Amino acid sequence: MTRGLRAALSRNLGLLLAVGLFAALYGLYSAQHPRGGSAALLVQNSNESFALILAAMAQTVPVLTGGLDLSVGPLMTLVNCLASRVLSGGPVELAFGILACLAAGTLGGLVNGCLVVYGRMQPIIATLATGAVYIGIALFLRPTPGGAVNADLSAMLTYDLAETAAVLGVFDGGQAAWFQPFAPIPVPLLLVLAVLLFVWVPFRGTEMGRGCYAVGSSEGSAYLSGIDVDRSRLAAYTLAGLFAAMAGLYLALQTGTGNADAPQAGAYTLNSIAAVVIGGTSLFGGSGGVVGSLFGALVLRSISFNFRVFDEASWLGALADPLLQPLFEGMVLLIAVSLGAARALRIRNRLQLFG
Amino acid sequence: MTDATAPLLELRDVSKSYGGVHALRNVDFAGRAGSIHAVLGENGAGKSTLMKIVSGVIRPDTGEMRLDGRPVAFASPREAVAAGVVCVFQELSLVPDLSVADNICITDPPRRFGLIDRRAQRRVAAALLDRVGCPGLDPRTRVKDLPLAQRQLVEIAKALGRNPRVLVVDEGASALSGAELARVFAVLREVRDGGALVIYISHRMNEIRELADRCSVFRNGRHVETFDAHTRGHDDIIRMMIGREMTGVFPAKPAAPRDYPPAIRVDHLSWDDRLRDIGFTIGKGEIVGLGGLDGQGQRELLLALFGVLRGVEGTVAIDGRPRRIDGPAAAKAPDIAMALIPEDRKTEGLVLAMSVADNIALSSLGGHGGGILIDRARLESDVESMVRSLQIKVGDVNRAVATLSGGNQQKVVLAKWLMTKPRILLLNDPTRGIDVGTKQEIYALLRRLADEGVAILLFSTDLAELIGCCDRVLVLYRGGIARELAGDDITEMNILGSAFDVALTGSPGPARAAGAEVRP
Amino acid sequence: MRNPLTALDKPALFAAGSILLILAVGSLYTLSTGGGLTMLSPAYLSQQLQIAAFLGLIAGGLMMVILLGHIDLSIPWTLTAAAMMATSVGGPAAVPVALAVGLAVGVVNGLGVAWLRVPSMIFTLGVNTVLQGLMVLHTGGHAPQSRSTGLMEFLATGHVLGLPMAALVWAAVSGLLVVLLTRTAMGRAVYAIGNRESAAYLSGIPTNRVIVGCFAICGACAALAGCLLAGYSTKAYQGMGNAYLLPGIAAVVIGGTHVLGGRGTYTGTVLGTILIVVLQSVLSVMQMPDAGRQIIYGLVIIAMLFAYGRDTGRAG
Repeated sequence: MTRGLRAALSRNLGLLLAVGLFAALYGLYSAQHPRGGSAALLVQNSNESFALILAAMAQTVPVLTGGLDLSVGPLMTLVNCLASRVLSGGPVELAFGILACLAAGTLGGLVNGCLVVYGRMQPIIATLATGAVYIGIALFLRPTPGGAVNADLSAMLTYDLAETAAVLGVFDGGQAAWFQPFAPIPVPLLLVLAVLLFVWVPFRGTEMGRGCYAVGSSEGSAYLSGIDVDRSRLAAYTLAGLFAAMAGLYLALQTGTGNADAPQAGAYTLNSIAAVVIGGTSLFGGSGGVVGSLFGALVLRSISFNFRVFDEASWLGALADPLLQPLFEGMVLLIAVSLGAARALRIRNRLQLFG
Repeated sequence: MTDATAPLLELRDVSKSYGGVHALRNVDFAGRAGSIHAVLGENGAGKSTLMKIVSGVIRPDTGEMRLDGRPVAFASPREAVAAGVVCVFQELSLVPDLSVADNICITDPPRRFGLIDRRAQRRVAAALLDRVGCPGLDPRTRVKDLPLAQRQLVEIAKALGRNPRVLVVDEGASALSGAELARVFAVLREVRDGGALVIYISHRMNEIRELADRCSVFRNGRHVETFDAHTRGHDDIIRMMIGREMTGVFPAKPAAPRDYPPAIRVDHLSWDDRLRDIGFTIGKGEIVGLGGLDGQGQRELLLALFGVLRGVEGTVAIDGRPRRIDGPAAAKAPDIAMALIPEDRKTEGLVLAMSVADNIALSSLGGHGGGILIDRARLESDVESMVRSLQIKVGDVNRAVATLSGGNQQKVVLAKWLMTKPRILLLNDPTRGIDVGTKQEIYALLRRLADEGVAILLFSTDLAELIGCCDRVLVLYRGGIARELAGDDITEMNILGSAFDVALTGSPGPARAAGAEVRP
Repeated sequence: MRNPLTALDKPALFAAGSILLILAVGSLYTLSTGGGLTMLSPAYLSQQLQIAAFLGLIAGGLMMVILLGHIDLSIPWTLTAAAMMATSVGGPAAVPVALAVGLAVGVVNGLGVAWLRVPSMIFTLGVNTVLQGLMVLHTGGHAPQSRSTGLMEFLATGHVLGLPMAALVWAAVSGLLVVLLTRTAMGRAVYAIGNRESAAYLSGIPTNRVIVGCFAICGACAALAGCLLAGYSTKAYQGMGNAYLLPGIAAVVIGGTHVLGGRGTYTGTVLGTILIVVLQSVLSVMQMPDAGRQIIYGLVIIAMLFAYGRDTGRAG
């Protein structure tokens, strides 16, 4: 069993590094923050992290197949704008609105997949192009920022369980005594678990999901083994679309508005790639997973949290300058990828460098 | 099961060509259920192409395939597997990042609630691994962490798990030996006795003798003959595979061994555990061969000399001066003037998408005058004269080199390096998969270069080539020089014998030697 | 001997045809709205050339990297950093300082990609973020001079013999790049590496040095574009490079350069650049809202890829 454990550890080294880095950074933040460790802070932080986590998950699946999706941010923006138009009215309308948003994102992902699989285009350039289209559609839907998202829905999904219960009017409006231990649990945290449990785990457990890993690891072997390479790849981009849709939906709930903000979309795309890499997924495909990307996204968010609380007077005073934040994020990314590069320096036969 | 005399698998009049080069010409092939059918032939005879057609990897240009008498046309390996045609590929079809269990059950895994049942999958994998004689292997291990021999066993287990009616083993047991090999043979017999057709491709004659019921011999993309295995002797089969007398193919060697001034001297060369304390010299004008069983460090030795390997110990002296060569760029510099014809011309020797002229010029771009700028007129004439002198058959030197036949491609690689005017020429199996005519030209070229004073180190997997071309032969075993042969001592018996002798005394590898490749 | 590196190939012809088509559609529009043939007036065309020069410089450098099969995502902040350093140094040293910044960033990118073997996509992304961080620090602590120098403004907006100076700069750089790609050993090496790095290495080409060189050229081109852009808007500012990365990649790819490297002509890149600039301009003349512009822009790239940018090979 220990042998199996060691093998599992070495297989997930990237993930463990990301978890460790997150624990260290978030621990530092909590220690510095006056309300560190409080439930309210946890709710706030998970609320701020969730959209990026979903974007990072979206990016992970195409990367696993050895591809890339530059349209994650734009697609997310598109869904955000759509949500700001349809998320209003009664429960039935809301349900349909949510479904429409998820469907739109999934469709966008499917289009990407079709261009890559049937159009035989390079993923990077195909998704660059569709990204422009998605931003364009988002601008059509929402030429200027605005719109209103149902406040109850927003409150229900972006705070803690107490709030959810209050909105739904269950458990005595969240006041029931037995409910109190659960009341402060942040809803986004539960949503992350739900996405992992009800979307990612089942997907990984299908032949298609395993096919994504196989295609990324060795497309030739996958083909020779009788895997439906096209279908796996199509599934990867489609699932990415679904994750991006969730991210956009959440962004709408979180901000309450729709905003076709192209720079923000670009930032989400780039950050999603960074999160994937920090989370230990190989950019060449074949190994890694969305759990790593989750922590990769948390690492990125924790960095920015820290810059809010650095005390000039403390031993970290030198780092207190918030202007250092982008530099710090860049350094973390560069160091994370350069660690993986140590492999290149160890290779004894230079021909292996060229893969 | 169908009538035992009717073929289970039949190919009629199948042809396949790549860019004008015929890999298969009008081939007929038939295999019966309940038999082990060996397919024999030299490198480039078309065996692998045939098997790729059978297993749906490529489609024939013409001809048809029948399974159980019904015509089939597999568009992909997936369809072939669905029809019960399973292949153990020479290059393996395992996905490195997935676990052994994932690989074995990669299509049609056991399911629970619609999802892959990992525990059941591990059980299935363990049972199959047990069957191929690999019971200790943890099915959760990633394939990329396994040595080649175990990967081959996993590949075989994976094929067995698909309940094949036709099982193709294309050099799929080349890294196995001794008990492992015996176990695999037993499994293959079980598969045969279960009523399936096993097609077995191997270069090891004794394996064929032990295992095969029927044999088919191929040569130059054509089917030569099919017969019952015990009806023909060894020599007959080899003659069928060669199909020609070897006399007159090689240019005459210098009558008596001469005293060559040394061009390169190597002392105590070691690398990793793959090269051990190698020392030799090559004289100016001398052709030295590298022999021995496959994979004894010959390729690594050539790469080490060319500066491709990191962490090489020992000294290399060129013209008496010790030199450090840290890469091909340094090796080709005029004061060393070394050249390497690499193993794989498609990925290492040539840039396939670029033109013939660009490829020929690739190593000597700084050397055609004109300072920083390339003197295009001079380059063009240099290329033209090289094309003429090597008789490269190409209409327009601006055509992509990918459109040339294998033999002409290899000439382009040679031309590229001859443009640098090398004094030391290293060759890694330069005539593999090349037609006889071009081979002959290359042998003559090597002798001509030697007569001009070039020192040549030739690694070949073809015994006849070592015997016919070389002034001396170094036989490698496990990364060291086992024996040095010169003059009339260079015979098939001596080269194989020294490889075998050492092999039998070297501790863990006796069976490996028994599986020595016998290539005509 | 026909030189396959510069000849007009299918993508280039396609792009050229598309440019004419776009201009024709634009002219029909201006005619129908009573604006005459403004699209074909020398003033309009000369202005388009001036604007195209900024993108063209970036695309030219980027092409060197894409031909290798790599990419440089650090262009936005390389450009911005070069421009900011130039304006804060000021004086006659401004432009050389900018070029030095660009070269240095390119060399760092190249070292990371060639020696550390980090995928270029991610290494240059990291460098981009680091540069952003450095520039935020640079402008945050105190307020450095951000006004561009006279030379930068002349390079961007001046005219010589009636031709926009920016276009002349672009032409000069283009000339150098064409010579480099077609007439030097390095140029051949770039194509060889992009096609098959192992074969190039075993042919004795110093592949790592070529990779570093190409990234350095790419950085320098971005820096020069930064100087011109700062001169054009009379100052350097944060985010000035953001709008140029994706159009730069698009220009190179539309021009027929393969994203995985090894194939592509400089002519194609020039035409791709002009196509994008003309497309953007015509759409804005037609008062197409930003939404429509983005969509058309994306669809044009997809259409171009459908026409000639697809992989023909397949696994197995």
